[in-house]
Amino acid sequence: MSIAATQKQGFGAVIWDYLTTVDHKKIAHLYTFGGGFFFILGGIEALIIRIQLIKPENDFVSAGFYNEVITMHGTTMIFLAAMPLLLGLMNAAVPLQIGARDVAFPFLNSLGFWLFMFGGILLNCSWFLGGAPDAGWTSYAPLSTTSPGHGVDFYVMGLQIAGAGTLIGGINFLVTIINMRAPGMTYMRMPLFTWATFVTSILILFAFPALTIGLFLLMFDRMFDSAFFDVTLGGNTIIWQHLFWIFGHPEVYILILPVFGLFSDIFSTFSKKRLFGYTAMVFATMLIAFLGFMVWAHHMFTVGLGPVANTIFSIATMAIAVPTGIKIFNWLATMWGGSITINSAMLWSLGFIPSFTVGGMTGVMVATVAADYQYHDTYFVIAHFHYVIVGGTVFGIFAGFHYWWPKMFGRILNETMGKIAFWTFFIGFHLTFFIQHFLGLMGMPRRYWVFLEDQNLDLGNFISTIGAFFMAIGVIVFFINAIYSQVKGEKAPADPWDGRTLEWSIPSPPPYYNFKQLPLTRGLDPLWVEKTEGNGKMTPAEPLGEIHMPNNSFIPFVMSLGLFIAGFGFIYQTDNNAWFIALFGGMAIALGAMIVRSVKDDLGYHISKEELEREADE
Amino acid sequence: MMSNDHILNPETMPQSPEKATLEGKNKFLGLWFFLGGETVLFASLFGTYLSLKNSTAGGPTSEELFGLELVFIMTIMLLTSSLTSVYAMYHMKNNDFKKMQLWLGITGLLGIGFLAMEIYEFAHYITEYGFTFRSSAFGSAFYTLVGFHGGHVTFGILWLITLMIRNAKRGLNLYNAPKFNTFSLYWHFIDVVWVFVFTVVYLMGKVG
Amino acid sequence: MENTNTNKITEYQKQRNKEEMKKQLISFALMIVVTLIAFTIVATGVMEKMFAIPVLLILALIQVAFQYYYFMHMKDKGHEMPSIMIYGGAWAAILTIAGLAVITWW
Repeated sequence: MSIAATQKQGFGAVIWDYLTTVDHKKIAHLYTFGGGFFFILGGIEALIIRIQLIKPENDFVSAGFYNEVITMHGTTMIFLAAMPLLLGLMNAAVPLQIGARDVAFPFLNSLGFWLFMFGGILLNCSWFLGGAPDAGWTSYAPLSTTSPGHGVDFYVMGLQIAGAGTLIGGINFLVTIINMRAPGMTYMRMPLFTWATFVTSILILFAFPALTIGLFLLMFDRMFDSAFFDVTLGGNTIIWQHLFWIFGHPEVYILILPVFGLFSDIFSTFSKKRLFGYTAMVFATMLIAFLGFMVWAHHMFTVGLGPVANTIFSIATMAIAVPTGIKIFNWLATMWGGSITINSAMLWSLGFIPSFTVGGMTGVMVATVAADYQYHDTYFVIAHFHYVIVGGTVFGIFAGFHYWWPKMFGRILNETMGKIAFWTFFIGFHLTFFIQHFLGLMGMPRRYWVFLEDQNLDLGNFISTIGAFFMAIGVIVFFINAIYSQVKGEKAPADPWDGRTLEWSIPSPPPYYNFKQLPLTRGLDPLWVEKTEGNGKMTPAEPLGEIHMPNNSFIPFVMSLGLFIAGFGFIYQTDNNAWFIALFGGMAIALGAMIVRSVKDDLGYHISKEELEREADE
Repeated sequence: MMSNDHILNPETMPQSPEKATLEGKNKFLGLWFFLGGETVLFASLFGTYLSLKNSTAGGPTSEELFGLELVFIMTIMLLTSSLTSVYAMYHMKNNDFKKMQLWLGITGLLGIGFLAMEIYEFAHYITEYGFTFRSSAFGSAFYTLVGFHGGHVTFGILWLITLMIRNAKRGLNLYNAPKFNTFSLYWHFIDVVWVFVFTVVYLMGKVG
Repeated sequence: MENTNTNKITEYQKQRNKEEMKKQLISFALMIVVTLIAFTIVATGVMEKMFAIPVLLILALIQVAFQYYYFMHMKDKGHEMPSIMIYGGAWAAILTIAGLAVITWW
């Protein structure tokens, strides 16, 4: 099981290894590949949207197909690209940053990934089975309850399965961070990315159940004729909006907080300075999460909740600008007077600050109730949320991959290509979305598949589409860079960035047990503390001894496959009762896998002291 | 570092066997956090129910439907099953496996009794009043909320049976003690939810 | 293989567990009383609706507090994180219910 042995494995053995792995580093790879695949898919959908809107009354795609594409673009990017890529970075970095050998629940970690993957595949099967969901990524009832065909059914089942995986991942990270920290790693010594993961996991824990229920209600209405959203039987469609946004608003903080964390780590590493205002950063993160739960109705200002409710939610929303502002200033102060290295990771981080600030500013604008009646459902809103999600989350994901790629894959990404990717994407991003603010203010509504000539919308839309192609080029360069680095890239040393935190104290990529001896943390930025005191490496907190490791398991894959099959059963039982076989069969597989897991003892194995010593000699 | 053999056949039992290993501590926290999430899950259902409870679409109202006798017996059964699972954990801490199994068995039987009465209740509403999942938004919300709770009870009973059968022959050890403990926490949470179900759905529904 | 180490628990621990169990029994008795009061209020109709509903909710909260703090041991040491998450969940739950029950209109 040593690293040398793993490298000699055949192709089949590697595949089997990944199908059964419970190692957080390999699961990080899986999330990266899965999320990267869906990111390309979502990107292609985005290009289709922009090509359709390149000129007035274009007929590149039909109106119905356009609806499917916008729905799938939003759903894919949020649930199947951004979140998994973030979970990939969390899996890659968090256990190493706290000095742990693995996560608290390695089995559940694997289950979480496979649920996400099968959920994503199920959702995308809809393209080949009569059409994708077309009710928008928000799937408002009654549009979603009356949408014909099975598109929305795929949305419901796909997100239900993928969402369960995310919830499992959230609980896993919470317990990992609480219980698995190495000696000396107190809460207030944790790197900001670990803190952000912790707070994000709390948000996942409390936000996803609302989506689960919302999806169940929609599923019951569509598949089993219940009447939650059926107004003729006393139903109420506002319930969906509430449930969706009670989940949906914390969701945007789930997307942004992790990258706030990783930007903090990157700024301090490449400025060679301790993070400015560490404590304030931690509490600002918590405050954003806390406020993030009380603002969901700002998505519903035009529903007519009344002036009192609207005002409360408006003020709460604007309050979030305060902790976010604290963060922006702390990042600037971290760089102030630092010895700054500007490489690709740093470029993405520097690009993030002005881009995200624009998004934050328009956020306060749309939070103003009276003005929001003008902005609502126009391209202004599209511009706003792309500025925060692309300018924040996507920039952050790129920065994070440049930063941790050496630790994840043992290779350093090419700097030249990294810079080309950044500049094309950065320019393309602002070309695409800045102009959309004005398109929105001029009254261009979102989700329309054509616009008319001579309404002053032609040039803006043309520029926007050109920008989208620049972004696509940037992404392609990044992917070429990723492949190139694997083939010809520079082998990464343990600590390529002169890092500050524990992940840089072990080889790149780390051995499968991470730390031969758990490190002793003596302060914030533990590796930096040792460097300044002239040790250069961590002091072990324990003598060399046996290491306990979890066993690989194929059960998570089987369990998720069972739910995947059952998903088809649920979707098609409305057409033909024979599909109940798939429904019950799939559930039986999932439940059976659970029982096997419960009944079979899985105590893991131990790596002996002798083996560890032998590896040290190699 | 604890060997696998020690976990399966401990020479001495610690005071809290459910938290003696790192895996046990992890399971303990993980289940608590899961319950935190479940709180929001049920809150979403309660909220939906509260906003739809008067949408009867001409069908029977909550005041006409609900009877208190059956609900009272169900409440007492579930409450008692909560106490019996406390007894089971008491015997686990005393390392008395046989008594623990006995009390767990009683817990399961009370759970099955509860479930049987719930099924009877649903059948009664459907046959006597024609009040179904599909008859009105109130019906959908009622059956979904109470049904989700019933589903949790069903899952708990299956979990309990699996645990009891699997460990019947080998007794208590540091590997299965956390499993019994997490089950008991889950079972208490089911009772917590039921307290709100009988208060918000039945009692408040009867008051009007 | 059956464990034969039943006697390895010390007398001191046994005594402590017993005292703990006594508290559990008292809380169970109180929970039954609270339940009886709640059902009696509704069955006899002694209270106005506007008065009965808050009382019923308070009784439910009391009962749930017993369940959490005694039956589920949240009063014991080592339950700081569980408490945070339960209270966090309760807070999110209150917001959810308030949103759905108060500002869902049509």
